[in-house]
This record gives sequence, structure tokens and C-alpha cells, in this order.
Amino acid sequence: MLGIGLLAGCSDSWNNPYPDTDAHANVLYSAFSERPKHLDPARSYSSNEAEFTGQIYESPLQYHFLKRPYTLIPLTAEAVPKPRYFDAAGQPLADDAPTTAIAESVYEIRIRPGIRYQPHPAFARDATGRFLYHALDVAALKDKTQISDFPQTGTRELVAADYVYQIKRLANPRLSSPIFGLMSEHIVGLKALGDALEKASRAHPGTELNLNDFPLAGAEVVDRYTYRIHIKGKYPQFIYWLAMPFFAPVPWEADAFYAQPGMADNNLTLDWQPVGTGPYYLSENDPNRRMVLTKNPYYHGETYPEDGDGADRQAGLLADAGKPLPFVDKAVFSLEKETIPYWSKFLQGYYDSSGISSDSFDQAVQFSAGGDPRLTDSMREKGIHLVTAVAASIWYVGFNMLDPVVGGQGEDRRKLRQAISIAFDYDEFISIFLNGRGIPAQGPIPPGLFGYVDGVAGLNPYVYEAHGGKIVRHPIEMARKLLAEAGYPNGRNAKTGEPLVLYFDTMASGPDTKSRLDWMKKQLDKLNVQLVVRGTDYNRFQDKMRKGNAQLFEWGWNADYPDPENFFFLLYGPNKKVATGGENAANYDNPEFNRLFERMKDMDNGPERQQVINAMLEIVRRDAPWIFAYYPKSFGLRHDWVHNVKPNLMANNTLKYRRIDPDLRAARRAEWNRPVLWPILLLAGSVIAIIAPAVVAWRQRERTTA
Amino acid sequence: MFAYVLRRLLYAIPILVGVNLLTFALFFVVNTPDDMARLQLGAKHVTPEAIERWKVEHGYDKPLLLNTRATGSAQLTDTLFFQRSAAMFAFQFGKGDDGRDIGNEIQTRMGPSLAIALPVFVIGLLVNITFALLMVFFRATYLDLWGVVLCVVLMSISGLFYIIAGQYFIAKLWNLLPISGYAGGIHGLKFILLPVLVSVVAGIGSGSRWYRTIFLEEIGKDYVRTARAKGLSEIRVLFRHVLKNGMIPILTGAVVVLPLLFMGSLITESFFGIPGLGSYTIDAIQAQDFSVVRAMVFLGSFLYIVGLILTDISYSWVDPRVRLQ
Amino acid sequence: MSLVTSHFVPVLLWTDALIFMLLIVSLAAVWWIRRHAHLRAPWAAVARRPMAMGAALVLAVFVVIGLLDSLHYRERLDDSPPDRPQYSVEVLSVFDALAGRLRTQQEKTYSAPLAMHLYAKEFTERDGATVRDYPRLKYGGAHLKQADEYVPDIVRRILVGLLQGLAGSLLLFGLLAAWQARHERMRLGGWLSAWATGHLGWPGRTVVIVLTLMLILGAVMARLAAGYHVFGTDKVGQDVLYISLKSIRTGLVIGTLTTLVTLPLAIVLGIAAGYFRGWVDDVIQYVYTVLNSIPGVLLIAAAVLIVQVAIEAHPDLFDTAAARADVRLLALCVIMGVTSWTSLARLLRGESLKLRTLDYVEAARAFGVSHARIISRHIFPNVFHLVLIAIVLDFSGLVLAEAVLSYVGVGVDPAMYSWGNMINGARLELAREPVVWWQLGAAFVFMFTLVLAANLFADGVRDAFDPRLEERR
Repeated sequence: MLGIGLLAGCSDSWNNPYPDTDAHANVLYSAFSERPKHLDPARSYSSNEAEFTGQIYESPLQYHFLKRPYTLIPLTAEAVPKPRYFDAAGQPLADDAPTTAIAESVYEIRIRPGIRYQPHPAFARDATGRFLYHALDVAALKDKTQISDFPQTGTRELVAADYVYQIKRLANPRLSSPIFGLMSEHIVGLKALGDALEKASRAHPGTELNLNDFPLAGAEVVDRYTYRIHIKGKYPQFIYWLAMPFFAPVPWEADAFYAQPGMADNNLTLDWQPVGTGPYYLSENDPNRRMVLTKNPYYHGETYPEDGDGADRQAGLLADAGKPLPFVDKAVFSLEKETIPYWSKFLQGYYDSSGISSDSFDQAVQFSAGGDPRLTDSMREKGIHLVTAVAASIWYVGFNMLDPVVGGQGEDRRKLRQAISIAFDYDEFISIFLNGRGIPAQGPIPPGLFGYVDGVAGLNPYVYEAHGGKIVRHPIEMARKLLAEAGYPNGRNAKTGEPLVLYFDTMASGPDTKSRLDWMKKQLDKLNVQLVVRGTDYNRFQDKMRKGNAQLFEWGWNADYPDPENFFFLLYGPNKKVATGGENAANYDNPEFNRLFERMKDMDNGPERQQVINAMLEIVRRDAPWIFAYYPKSFGLRHDWVHNVKPNLMANNTLKYRRIDPDLRAARRAEWNRPVLWPILLLAGSVIAIIAPAVVAWRQRERTTA
Repeated sequence: MFAYVLRRLLYAIPILVGVNLLTFALFFVVNTPDDMARLQLGAKHVTPEAIERWKVEHGYDKPLLLNTRATGSAQLTDTLFFQRSAAMFAFQFGKGDDGRDIGNEIQTRMGPSLAIALPVFVIGLLVNITFALLMVFFRATYLDLWGVVLCVVLMSISGLFYIIAGQYFIAKLWNLLPISGYAGGIHGLKFILLPVLVSVVAGIGSGSRWYRTIFLEEIGKDYVRTARAKGLSEIRVLFRHVLKNGMIPILTGAVVVLPLLFMGSLITESFFGIPGLGSYTIDAIQAQDFSVVRAMVFLGSFLYIVGLILTDISYSWVDPRVRLQ
Repeated sequence: MSLVTSHFVPVLLWTDALIFMLLIVSLAAVWWIRRHAHLRAPWAAVARRPMAMGAALVLAVFVVIGLLDSLHYRERLDDSPPDRPQYSVEVLSVFDALAGRLRTQQEKTYSAPLAMHLYAKEFTERDGATVRDYPRLKYGGAHLKQADEYVPDIVRRILVGLLQGLAGSLLLFGLLAAWQARHERMRLGGWLSAWATGHLGWPGRTVVIVLTLMLILGAVMARLAAGYHVFGTDKVGQDVLYISLKSIRTGLVIGTLTTLVTLPLAIVLGIAAGYFRGWVDDVIQYVYTVLNSIPGVLLIAAAVLIVQVAIEAHPDLFDTAAARADVRLLALCVIMGVTSWTSLARLLRGESLKLRTLDYVEAARAFGVSHARIISRHIFPNVFHLVLIAIVLDFSGLVLAEAVLSYVGVGVDPAMYSWGNMINGARLELAREPVVWWQLGAAFVFMFTLVLAANLFADGVRDAFDPRLEERR
């Protein structure tokens, strides 16, 4: 009680988790729920890590903040590179040369001069120009546990060689970059470099590999600001990879700095202490508690985009057009693993926005007559705004095509899958479990990507039908009919009379697993088909998928880049999970589809490509290797004082556009967090009320005995 | 005394080896190195070669217990088990699968764990003893009867409810304290108050009831009757004799948990976002980070054994008849 | 008869088998105790305690529900051919059959306790126009035509339930009084006055009051549950009352089967260590120090993962969701037993060390009586009260532990009905706006009632069996 009283002296809001001195600072507060595993751009691949790496590292390209569909624009590059094609003899080819003729594509990237790295001790030099901290011994590092423990820092201009250096790092076996396997199929010589590095690594186990000693045929430095990447054949999707942190620059000084003995033992590694050119640098790294991004004093500068459409203007997203970025001085990310504290702190004003997609925020939202999401009145009174976007991802239920019951290309198997697809009423799932935060999927391609057809024209005729301009699921009778035609009238095997029992595998974790599994079972009850749900953990699930032991399974895919190829390749035969370990978990293999895929992937966006895509969509919808469940929508909330929020599911470097109004925030926080004191008084009163009679009684007893 | 402690510590070695062997066996039955690699490398674009590389890099490519390819003593030493265990006895825990140094992590997380556990222990002890003394003092009145009932009621509520209710009412509804978080130094005080309060309240039921029985046992003894017969007032009897003698079993019972305070509380820490060893352990279980789990098991068993030794010492200290041998 | 049998096929899950084994053992023990006066005495002392008897009655209700829920079967599919009956893969229990409507009447999603509307607004067609409103529930309050009938209907149901409960308990009381008076050879009036003044020799007043309260509560609940969802519905519209009742079995299984695993280990090893001493003692002490020093949660986490692997390796053995969940529950009991036998073993070891030095034990040894005989004749009967106290005291702790383990993610199967899973799910519900509190509330009420009753009963048992405490009073 005394402690509470003491705190009361310091501030108006007792529950403020931040120091009171920061009340009016230009600082953005948000949370992270899982500590990032990797911040090394060669290793980091998950979206929660990209929240940090995106602000720190700058790849040559970025996505335009406002434009939709997603458009690539230069970031550190002078322009978006156009590939030049060469045939096997090394002769240049025309841009429209046939794919088969192209032996190599070359991307030449020219970066802007004058870009400098964040302040970092790895660059610090003494008066004679020698590196201050490149020859440290273990003793000197004893008390250095953070980067800020090094008194001197320096910087250096960004050069093309840094980009080439990072591409080589992708092949470093000690980093086990997640995209090395994929990229070695595309970048000339990357595989050879990987093999050479692995050999060297085995030969000298204790020592750091100096990547500058190893050549990479597919990446060359042309001059100080220009480099070229050689790609095998034609790979138009490569351009999108250039907007990901994998292709951001890493200075060799950083690697040399962190390679010194004793660094890793103090958690000083590039994986934890990034060095980049971006608008922010990681000034405090305590993944157990909080991460702080601070404005990079050497930032090369960028201005807020001026070209947005009318809707953006109306939403106030162009108010800052042309102003220099970034706006926010500091961004504090606190670790918040539990939903209840996270949500409470957001409502109390201690987090500025509520992350983009979290399950627990759904009740804050209602849907207006037009089906548009709207916040509840109490939320709107608080000045909270809703941000929505359809994610470039899909959830699906896959049928294992190798399974004797549900798999195979026979007409009856196909009808069985179609029947089940109709029965799984994902429209209901979306309203119960996602509270409308999803769109029933009509095929593998989510909205916002080339190839997606909106409205009735794009419906999946095997599951849905048009009803007065609306898309409606086929009636369940149709599923029953299909089931009968598949040889299971009323869920019974027509020959043996045995009931049809299906097995559904899912990764069971999280608080509402039970409800979800119950729901699954309910869906097939409609067809009188028995469903056994097998919930299991991540490893066991992966294991099953690899061995092809599953029957039905639930899975999702998040786009790497906004191109339909990134979704169709999940169904491409040669990518089968079983045997090849690819991403085609359903083990679907249709020769016609494969042929079309090979054609589609190298085509440029246009009517011709759309035609091929439509043909592919028809095949997968008819074959139904997946139940196309839904495209998740992400709903985010932001407070009144946060500006320039537009969900961008491809870009992850959006912190620099964010602007806040700290004074409004301070006022709101004070208003929302007035302490309620009567419970304390009530508690004290009731304790007295309970004890007092006993004390009186004891007094009397003392008096009588004394 | 010194020789005794030394011998007990040596006796601990086979126990720690057993603990290690058991955890090792348990976790490798469940998680093959392949599983671990896959968990670390993520779900996208993972090739078998990448998994092999990860295993080599993290030293998981060695055989588990017996290296048949090696010769001589290397058959036993050039194995995953030996390499991972031997260093542990020197408190070199190595690196977690996420690449962070475990020893380092334990050092930084001990502080927050203690910042919660120590106040809970001390305040809890004081509050429980006060409650128990009150009940004993007012024994055979309505306060004692309902006090015991209240204790049983408090005991019957799951700890999770205390946390959920505490967060909901105190932090969310009444805005009295931050709902979660942690900071070092004096600024951290406000974060500690709520978890400490909740943990103390959650422990009152069983604690005070247990202490009450101890005090009652003491009060029934002959010397107390003698003291009372001598005309000492009830309060003096209670404090001079009952409390003093009752503290012996209470304190010696508490000593065993003292070293384990370092390990923190699993549930409290993760609910309140305290970056201590408890939440470290939970995270490791959920991420199936085998190295961290084993380090925590080792640390836990070591501290447990230290607790046992401390208990023995404290017994011999308060009761001279117990001799350490 | 054939008609009845072909309607279902009984399913015996592992835990069912063990529960009924436990039931048989307990009944046998009761029979044995009744025949031996010295064993009966402490139980008679328990029976004299009002608190313990009241708690025992509440426990009995829980146990009956748990037992009914342990009689599992699979229903015959409606249209299966009579010569070759086929059965559903869904495993039901007798309790499900009795609960009937509670189980099947599922709403779409959340609804508050006793609500007649869903908890979220939806678009509904009304008079040809689309309006956004709280839609009526499919079952809850569906019998009401107008919203203003709601309050009178609830009141009427409560009153009717109250009356029915009262009438039922009066009837029971009458029967009890008549039987007791006859049994004690008293006049009815005399018995009644003895009952009213508490001179029966057993806590008649408490028993009758608790019984009456339970009957009234049960009747009111039944009345209300017939038309409404008393505790609301959960995310998929399942009745929370049903979920809570189903969770009783899980709680009881964990509380009892774990001790079943604990006992043989603790008794055999504890007594052996104390009686034989020497190297036997060293080995057993080594084993239990090792087990004790590993933090329990970690051991349990590992074991649960192992079971998962085993289940995945033998999908044909666990072909229904119920069997999979059941084997995981059993494994949880086993591993919790393995981690918790040590404290009792240590207690028994200490006690046996003392007992073996007693004169008559020394004498028996000198006469060459076999160890087995000495232990079973002299040691075991003298430590039995410790075992019993440990059983009743551990029970509530185990029920509470389940909730925590499920929260950590190493508890029972996520598809299983359990209070731990309910609380776990409530984490998301409490973060909703407005808050969905009833699932947490229901879990709290049921868990609290069971644990409180168990604690009160355990207190009674301990006081009656522990001679040290008895003489102090």
C-alpha cells in the first residue's frame, strides 16, 4: 500500500509502464510477442524478425508505400534494374526472346552514392586510419556486453561490394541461410561457392571464413557503385527478392568485427547486433524485455511519397507528402507474450497500434450493412481507428494425393474431394473463428496478386455458385450427390457398406484448438462422414507431411513476393513433398497443370498470362487437391495519434513513414488511466471490520483474567 | 563441517550425471537432431542439405551415446552426450539452438527472477506467520474458525485465477499498476508490486494453515503450559516461546526452497512478462530448445541439492543434537 | 434384448478400465474395513465431522458424474445393415446420453449465460429488410415468442425448480427419518428432535442441509437448462455447462489415477529403503533424489512429447479421437505419478526406519520370520494411515496442477474436455471486448467446488487418522 502511495506521488497514471519523463517524447511504442531468432539478413525469414531488419537494412529495391497493386521502386538503387538476356554462347538477346533460348539473365544494379552506414564500432578508426576494434583479445571484451559499451564509433559509405559480399554470405554454411537452397538453383556459381566454403569450413573448423577470398561467378562488382548478378536462364521473380533483406548490404568490417574471439560469448554477433544503412539502428537489444530502434544520424534521407490515389488522400495518407523521413525519433518494442496484457495496454494507450493480425482483437469490430468492418462504438469514442487489408496468403486444407482414399486422379476420387470441399463451410468458419477477418478462397491466388479475378467471374464453380450477383456455397445436397457418385452414398462405401472414416491432421496448439477441432468434425457430420481429428505438434506434423502419411491436413502459405508463381508452385508436380522435399504438400501432380505452370512462370503480366492462369485455375478447382479455405484479412487497430498507417503486406520497412502526436497521446493516457481508489479503501475498511470485534473480545478476556 | 559439505557435493555428482542421462534420453527420444534443425530453419524452402549443414554446424551430427567409429576412450567421449554434459559440470552451458550463450542468459535473467521470488518469499513468510499467529492467538473464536475456512477456500483456487483476477481488476479495471513488464532499478518497483502481491495472496491459504498447525503443536507442549502457569501473559507466551520455537521447523523447511528461488516461477513470470529464468524455461519448452532445457534441468537439480545441504546444515545449527557426519 | 445390444458397442478406454478397477478396489476396501472394528474407528470419526460429511456428499455427486462419464460406447449408425452392424467413430458415454440435449443443442457461437440472443450482432432478415441485431439463439430461449416473456419465464423456472428440489428433499428426509427411527428403534418424533438438536452421533443436520441445497440447485439447474444455456455457450456454440460437467471426469481421473501410479512405487520403495537399509536404501535414495531434483514441468513436458510420438507411430491402435486423448491423459497421470511418489516414499522410509527398531519387529526377525511377512504384518499396517492421508491430500493438488500444465501446453490433449483447457481458452476470451467471462467463471466454480470439497474432506480424514493431532485437541 505504501508502495502504491509512493508511486502516486510521481505521476497521474500509476499504471504507466514507461518512465514519466518520456511522456511527451516522439517515441513510438509497440510490442513483439516472440523474441526474434535471427536479425542477420542472410538468415532472418520470419515476419516478426522483418519488423526489425526491415528498418535497419536496406535492400536495393522496396515496395511503394501507397500504390496498389504492389509496385517495386528503388531504395538504394538508382533505378529498378531490367534484366538483359544472353544465350548459351554469351550473345545478348532481345527482351522478348523465347525462354528456351535464354541461358543467362543479368541484372545490373547501380546504387546511389553517398549512402552511409549507421554509427558502429566496427567502422571506428584511430587517427592513422587503422581500425580501433578489429584486433581485440578476449580480455578486452570481458565487460563489453552491448554495442554501446564501445566508446568510439565510425561510419563508411555504402559501396556495391557490400551487396556482393552479402550474396556470398548466403552460401556460407555456418549461417545456414534459409534461401541458399533456392538461390543456388538460380544464381550462377552460388552452389559452387557453397561447396567451396563448406570444404574450407571443414578444413579449418575454428577459424572464420573470409568471404572476400572466395569468388562468386554470379555476382560481380563493376565499379564502386555498380554490381551485376547473373541468373541461370530466365527467372522474372528474382526482381522481388531484391526487395528483401536477403539482398541487403553487409559491410565486411562487421563480419570481421564480430568474428573476434569472445564476441559470440557475449552475444555480440551480427545475428543479434545488425549493422545497416536504414533509417533506424538497433540501439538497445534486450530480446527478453525490449528492443529499441533509434533514428540513424547518418541516414541518407528520403521523402514521403507524393503519388497516392484519391482514397489515400481522403484517408489523410498524403498529408505528409514530400516531407523528409523518418518522422519518429525512436521506436520501443516491448516483449508481450500474453494477449491479455497486450490488449489491455493498447486500450490504456501504452501501445500505439495493435500489431496487424492478432486473434484477440476481433470483438472490437462490427460489420456495417454493406459488410464493411467497423469498430464498436466504445472503440470509436476512444478515437481508435481500424486498418484492414487482405493478406497475400492463403489457408487451405490439403488432400494427400498419394492417399488411397482421398488421393488419385480418378473421377470418383475427384468427386469425393469436391463433395468434401463443399461440406467444409469456411464461410461459417470465417464468421466464427475470424469474426469476418477473411475471404472465402476461390482458388490458390489471393486478391491483390496478378491472376486473381474479383467477384462472380472468379468463383470456384465446383464449390460455389452465383446467386443474384452474390457468391453462394453449393447446397449440401449437391455434396451428398457427389459423395454418392464417388461411391459413398450417405457416407457409406457402396460396395462394403462400411462408413467412410477420414483422418484430419493439424498442428494443435493455441487456446482455441478445441473449438476448431470440434468445428471440423461438425462439417463432415453433414455428409454423415466420420472425421477423426489428429492434433499433433509441429515436428510430428512435418514428419507426417514428409512421409506422406497424412490424409487431410491444414496448412497455409504466406507469399514471398506478389506473383502468382509463388502460389502455383505449391501445386507443381516436381515440387512434391514426398521424395523431393518440395513445398507441394498435397503431392499433387497433374501433367497438364505442370506444363502450364512452366509456361506461366516466365511470362510477363498481361492478358496472355491471365489466360494461362485461368486454365490452371480450372484444373486445380476441378481436381480439388486443396479445399481452398480462406484468404486471411489482417485487421489492425491504431490510436488517434498515430498517422500514416496503410497496411502493406509486402513491405516491412514502413516504420519510417509513421508519424505520431505525442501530446495528444499524453493527454489521452492521463484521461484513460485515472486510478480507481475505492477498492483500496474498501479492502482496508473490511480488514478493520473483521479484526475489530475480535480485538474487542480479546481485550475483554484479558481484563477478566487479569 | 567443511568436509561434510565437500562430501555431500561429491555425492551430488552421480546424481547430476543421472539427471543428465535421464533428460538426455527423454528429449532425444522425442526430438531427433533433424527435428531440431527443422524447427530452427523454419518451414519454407528447407532442403535436406540445409538440415545436414545445420547439424554439423551445431555439433548434432555425432552419435548419441556410443561412437562406434571412434577408437579407445573416444568411443565414449566423441559423442553428443559426453560433449554436451562434460562442460556442464564446469557450468559451461554452451549456446542455445538460437545461438545465444546460455550462461550469459542465465546471468542476466537471474536478477529479474530474484526480484520477484525473493520479495514473494520474504513477504509471504511474514504475512503467513502473521496470519497464523493471529489465528492461534484468537484460537477457539470465530476468527480462528473462519480463518481456517478462509485458508482452505484460498487454497482451493487455482493459481491461474489469482493471476487473471489480479491483472484484470488491479491493472485493467482500476488502473492501479502496470499490467505487465519489467525494468531494472527503482523504476522497476511498480512492475514488481503486482506479481508479488498476487503470488503472496495465492500462497496465504496453504502457508498460514501449515504454520498454524506448527504453532498449535508448539502451544500444546509442556514448557508452554509451564510458562503460562508462571503467569506470563498470552502475548508474551506467544512471541517469546511459541513463535521462537515454531520458527525452527518453518525456517528449516524454507531453507530447501531458498536456492530454487533463482529458478523463478514459470507461470507468474510468463503472465507478467518478467524476463526471468522461469519464462526462459517455458520458452525453451515451447520452442523445444533442447540445450536450454538441459541447462535449466541441470541448474535446477544442482540448486535442489544445494538446498538439501543447506537444510542439513540449518538443522545442525538450530538443534545441536543433530550432528553432521 | 438383442435390439438394445445392437444399438451400441461398449468401448473400454484405458482410463475407464483403471477407474473401474479403482472402484472395485475401493469397494473391497470398504467391505474389509466394515468387518474390522479397529479399521472402522477412524472412519467413524470422519463420519462424525460435519464439514467432512458435507464435503463427502458433494464429492459423491462429482464421482457419480465422473463414473457415468466413464461408461463409454459407440453408437450404431442409423442405417447400418442389421446383419453387419456398423458403429460411429464418435465415442460417447452414458453421461452424454443422459445429458442429451445439453450435448446436441449447439448454437452458432458465443452466448451469455441464460441468454436468448447471440453475443454478437449479425445480419438478419426481418420483415423483408436486412437489419443488424443480436440474432435469437437456435435453442436457448427458443420457446419464448416475445422478449418480454423472458424474465417471468426465468423466475417461473427458478421457482418451479426450487419447489421440486424442496419437495424432493422433503421426501428424502421423510424416508431417511422413518428408516433411521426404525433402525435405531426410536419413535419418529424422538429421532426428529435428536436430529434437530444434533444428538444423533452423526452430523445429520449438515447432511440433510447439504443434500437439500444440492437437490434444489440441481432441480433449478435442470429446469433452466431445459430451456436455456445456464452457463452460456462457447466459441463454437457448445453449452458451457456441458463442457464443465464433462471436465469433471478429467479432473477426477488425474486426481485418482495419478495416486494409483504413485502408491505401489512409494509404498514398495519407501518401505524397502527404510526396512532393508544398506545398498537398497542407497539405490532408492539415489533414484528419488534424481527424480526429485528435475523440475517436474520439464519431466512432464518430455513425457507428453514421447506419448505424442508413440501415438503417431501407431495410428491404428488409437483410431478414435477419444482413444488418442485418453492415452495422453493416462500418460499424464503416469508421469505425474512418477514425479510425485518421492515425497511419500521419503515419509514411509523414515517411518519404516523407526518401526524396524521396535522390539516386536526385532523379535520377529530374530525368530526368522520372513521379510515379506514382517513387512506385510508389522510395517505396512503401521504406515497405512500415512498413505491414506497422502492420497486425500494429493488429490486436490493434482486437480489444480492439471490446469497449470494445460496452460503451459503439456497438459491433457487439446481436444479433451478439461478445466485447464477451459481456462486456457479463456485467455483469449478475456481479451475480447466486451469480455466473455462465463467459460472462465464456470471452470472456476466447478474446479473450486471440487477442490474445496476434497480439501475439507482431506482435513477430516487427516484429523481422524493422525493420532498426534487428535490428542492435541
